[in-house]
Amino acid sequence: MVEQSLYPNYPQDLEMVITASQVDFFYGATQALFDISLLIPAKHVTALIGPSGCGKSTFLRCLNRMNDTIPHSRVEGEISINQKDIYTPDTDVVELRKEVGMVFQKSNPFPKSIFDNVAYGPRIHGEKDPRRLAEIVEQSLQQAAIWDEVKDRLHANAMGLSGGQQQRLCIARALAVGPKILLMDEPASALDPKSTMRIEDLIGELRTNYTIVIVTHNMQQAARVSDYTAFFYEGRLIECDATPKIFTNPRQKQTEDYITGRFG
Amino acid sequence: MSRSRKQHITDKAMRLLLVGAASASVLIVCLIFLFLFKEAGPFALKPGLGKLMDSQWIPVSFQEEHFGVGPLLSGSALVTALAMLVTVPISVLVAIYIAEIARPGEREFLKPFIEILASIPSVVLGFFGLLVVAPIVKTFFGLSTGLTALTGALLLSLMAIPTIISLSEDALVSVPYALKNASLALGASHLQTIFRVTLPAALPGIVAAVMLGIGRVIGETMAVLMVTGNSAILTASPLASVRTMTATIAAEMGEVPFGSVHYQALFWIGIILLVITFFLNIIAQRVLKKYGMMK
Repeated sequence: MVEQSLYPNYPQDLEMVITASQVDFFYGATQALFDISLLIPAKHVTALIGPSGCGKSTFLRCLNRMNDTIPHSRVEGEISINQKDIYTPDTDVVELRKEVGMVFQKSNPFPKSIFDNVAYGPRIHGEKDPRRLAEIVEQSLQQAAIWDEVKDRLHANAMGLSGGQQQRLCIARALAVGPKILLMDEPASALDPKSTMRIEDLIGELRTNYTIVIVTHNMQQAARVSDYTAFFYEGRLIECDATPKIFTNPRQKQTEDYITGRFG
Repeated sequence: MSRSRKQHITDKAMRLLLVGAASASVLIVCLIFLFLFKEAGPFALKPGLGKLMDSQWIPVSFQEEHFGVGPLLSGSALVTALAMLVTVPISVLVAIYIAEIARPGEREFLKPFIEILASIPSVVLGFFGLLVVAPIVKTFFGLSTGLTALTGALLLSLMAIPTIISLSEDALVSVPYALKNASLALGASHLQTIFRVTLPAALPGIVAAVMLGIGRVIGETMAVLMVTGNSAILTASPLASVRTMTATIAAEMGEVPFGSVHYQALFWIGIILLVITFFLNIIAQRVLKKYGMMK
């Protein structure tokens, strides 16, 4: 149900998997998001850009309810994934987070072996068969393009990997649960340029099977990896469109100012 | 020229002072060892160290004296093991509750109580043990006396619990949020996250806390002297009266003739205690090192 008036540059048959309508978010008395309505298409990469504190990460964390862990926080409005409201009282947060994986800004592997890191998700969801676990681990590591580097030391501690490898391991760990959607919160901002490139290549490969929402403050990165881009500013969604359109011919003056580097 | 020379001398003197201060602790440890061995030494020649292997501790007798430390060692081991059996699960669970589950208000309410428990003098706890714990143990198990290893262990638990709780809680709280978030984002529940991520990550700190707790328990004297019944018998029963190494030294040191064989035997007990705590420390440090909590 793409509303052509709002998204004139989206293909009409684009399937939308996440629907946010009129979302407000509060940290205590401070409102961080104002009336966000945004559609996110399936099996594409959507980038959320904007200056620091614009609410893009907050919005991202609303999508798998990670904000639940923050005391005194509150969400209003509606967010649906596959037409199911994820903020109803009977929402199973465990199921939601299986469906919607997350990769954090700073790589955060557990202080366990590489194997145990990737197997963590399947194990907590009840997978016990060692052969099946080994399969999942190999598959996930291959998908995250790190299998060749670690296949000979699966039982070495993950903390011994380089920063870039750790981040790809975290991506593998997220994939091992079998999500349909991957949320990435500035996944490459703490990495060197070469590792960043590998992560971006990886996002390019994953987009065929996963819906990816990526927060980035790096506009070149958004331009390189995403199909659609949403621009946030001061807690509001200013504009959302096909990425080439946003970067060449935005409709809003604020978007243009931001992407041309006039502020932010 | 002379000014820089003066500066140089001040530097040297300052350095000497600091090195001296740092060496003092090393020196003191060495002196204590030396002193213990000097006092205990002759025993190794006269009755011989084999005498410490006797199965009984009867230091004063009209027939033959026995200086077997076995019963005392087993008494200490039994009381310590029992105390840890009670202490470790309780402390770790309380630490988990305070660090991970309790709401801020509950935390503020609980913590002062635990701190007060830590500051109760052991003699006062001994009173409590004699008047409250011992009768309970006596009636509960139908014994002729409530002064048992178990009674001592329960009191020692009260002493070790606050230490282990606060150190374990520190270890749990210092587990990075990023790890907990990673686990939650993978669909783990709060409890799964606590037991599979937070607790393992905090384990080295908890082990160190337990080691410190054992150190405190094994060296504790007053409370065990008052409530364990002080019979130096070799037993593994929690409901028997036992006598620990520390209690033996404290009870007998006051009336032993200076320099006698009995006097020397008490010093051997001291040496054994020192060696035990020394190795406990080494083990604790090994564990910490292995898990990368220490350089």
